[in-house]
Amino acid sequence: MSGSLAYDVAHLIGGGVLLASFLLLYQRRVAALIGVLAVQGALVALAAAWQGVVRGEAHLFATALIAFAAKGVLVPLLLQRIVARLALDRAVETALPVGASLAAGVALVALSVLVMLPATAGSAGALARVDMVLALSVLLLGVLMMATRRTAIPQVVGLIAVENGLLLGAVGIAGLPLLLELSIAALVLVLVLVAGVFALLMRTRLDSLDVTLLGRHRGEGG
Amino acid sequence: MSAALALVLLHLAGAAAMAALGAAAWARWANVALAAAGLPLALLAGPGAEGAWLSADPLARLLVPLAGFVGLTCAVYSAVTLDAERFDAARARLYHACFQAFLGANHAALLADNLGLMWVAVEAATIASVLVVAIHRTPAAIEAAWKFFVLCGVGIALALFGTLLLALAAGEATGAERLSFAALRALGAELDAGLASLAFLFLLAGYGTKAGLVPLHAWMPDAHAEGPVAVSAVLSGLLLNTALAAVLRAKAVAEGVEASVPPGALLAALGVASVLLASVALWRRRDARRLFAWSSIEQIGLAAVAFGIGAPLAGLLQMAGNALLKSAVFFAVGQAAILAGSQQIRDISGLVAARPALGWGLALAIAGVAGLPPFAVFLAEVALLFEAAARAPLLAVTVGAGLAVAGAGLLRAALRLCFGPARAEFARPVPRAVIVVLWLHLALAALCGVFAPDAVAALFARAAEVLR
Repeated sequence: MSGSLAYDVAHLIGGGVLLASFLLLYQRRVAALIGVLAVQGALVALAAAWQGVVRGEAHLFATALIAFAAKGVLVPLLLQRIVARLALDRAVETALPVGASLAAGVALVALSVLVMLPATAGSAGALARVDMVLALSVLLLGVLMMATRRTAIPQVVGLIAVENGLLLGAVGIAGLPLLLELSIAALVLVLVLVAGVFALLMRTRLDSLDVTLLGRHRGEGG
Repeated sequence: MSAALALVLLHLAGAAAMAALGAAAWARWANVALAAAGLPLALLAGPGAEGAWLSADPLARLLVPLAGFVGLTCAVYSAVTLDAERFDAARARLYHACFQAFLGANHAALLADNLGLMWVAVEAATIASVLVVAIHRTPAAIEAAWKFFVLCGVGIALALFGTLLLALAAGEATGAERLSFAALRALGAELDAGLASLAFLFLLAGYGTKAGLVPLHAWMPDAHAEGPVAVSAVLSGLLLNTALAAVLRAKAVAEGVEASVPPGALLAALGVASVLLASVALWRRRDARRLFAWSSIEQIGLAAVAFGIGAPLAGLLQMAGNALLKSAVFFAVGQAAILAGSQQIRDISGLVAARPALGWGLALAIAGVAGLPPFAVFLAEVALLFEAAARAPLLAVTVGAGLAVAGAGLLRAALRLCFGPARAEFARPVPRAVIVVLWLHLALAALCGVFAPDAVAALFARAAEVLR
């Protein structure tokens, strides 16, 4: 396969993942948020599969398959079930207006470019360089989302977006050992978190699951 | 099979067994037996074969036996005080399984020569501790666990990104070895300098979150205060050291290259911030366990300063001293809270009059944490101040002021908790095992301090050598 096509397609998929991160920041409804998250998970799986095609490494296909099954299908379905069961589908409560979040997101992408490009100027290949910029952007946008959303489900979505960014970065590094193992371990964290939210909602029925409400229970009386 | 591998497998098998049988009345003693079986393995763990994933370097040979010992005493403490936690069958199973899983993961993280394996182990330890912090399912416990999970979730994500960057810095030539610490250190200046420095930033932020370094400390006080008491001792005694050891390994790799940002100065800066914030914050605590969690932030900050300015021996003494003394403090405070029915400082007083062995033990342990002789923390703080004064006098003054403020705050708490009129509830009996583990910790902290025999001193010196 020609080098330039391999590069262009990888670039395109990576850009799609980043675009999905901006859509996550922009979404105002919880159900739509979960839909975008599923698309992002599927795109990351596609990125892994494409690297598998380019480099002919079988374990990348396994990574892609697991990522697609878990992040593209299973986790979004579970989250959707939680939302439907508890009638949580309403506007996302933000601590920062959406416009301001988007501006902050653009600033974070600029930051990733400014940080990663000089640092990778020495040795890393062109694909790895761009890939790490995209990965860091997706990671930082996920953290931004966790910081600016008040309720539990959008915070969980933010953390999964962070994991998506990590996987995008990991598949771009040629010959990374333990890729499959690391991606599975990261997935376990996400699954435990989703299971935790599920259990929490089922047991305590803190109906809004507004985590700022939990702030009252800090044990020291504020 | 090497002792290191056997140790990790023992605790993982223990976790599986406990998940099935952990509700039985004897499970708490099986938990102790598993921890006790691990201690000789922890002492035996040595350097692995070429390319082995688990291999005890001198740093691990100091920290793994320490973790094994504190794990064992925590298991004993937990066994004799478990009834006070009022667990049902499912929670007892979860608690014991998480206890063993945590020990296994913690040992694996210390012993791992592979960055990827270390990351997986730290993550597993996080999950196990989050589950236990939330175990009481009170709103306060859920709030504490949520904060712990979200902050540490971001933290370990950053650490994984740092791991990826370090693998990228090593380049493709190194093949399967590119995640091995030994191989990365051997590469030295051949690493890509920009990437290795950037990787250190991410690893510092990521594992620094787990170590409770300011400004990433917000989960610490709540997680220490809301879980079962034995878990506070485990968090302060084991998890913080493991996370700091991960930072130190990253620092050792990053120092091999011509870096644009000096790793030591960054670590020292976070350390100073931790010491200063914690020394002020611990004056305002009303909850005894939160107070001592803040004190752990201060102690880890001191260790970070020591490693940052290039005084690893002081840093290691600080880590060992805090692990031994802080868990002793939590044992005694936890027992007092069980007797008093509250962990608020105002509800606990007069322990020395009512329960001399418990009260004096707590008073000595707090004095040790505050930096009074003859314990390890005293030696560490003296050594740190001398080293700092020689290199950066202003730093010595700043850290010294923080130490004085924190020490005074801790001694004030010791006066309130241990002296004054005894409460009627304190007449109830205290399990003898609590007193035994409390004084054992004090004795060992003194052994690592002023009374250190040559063998112990050599263990510290060799560990400090690899960090220099």
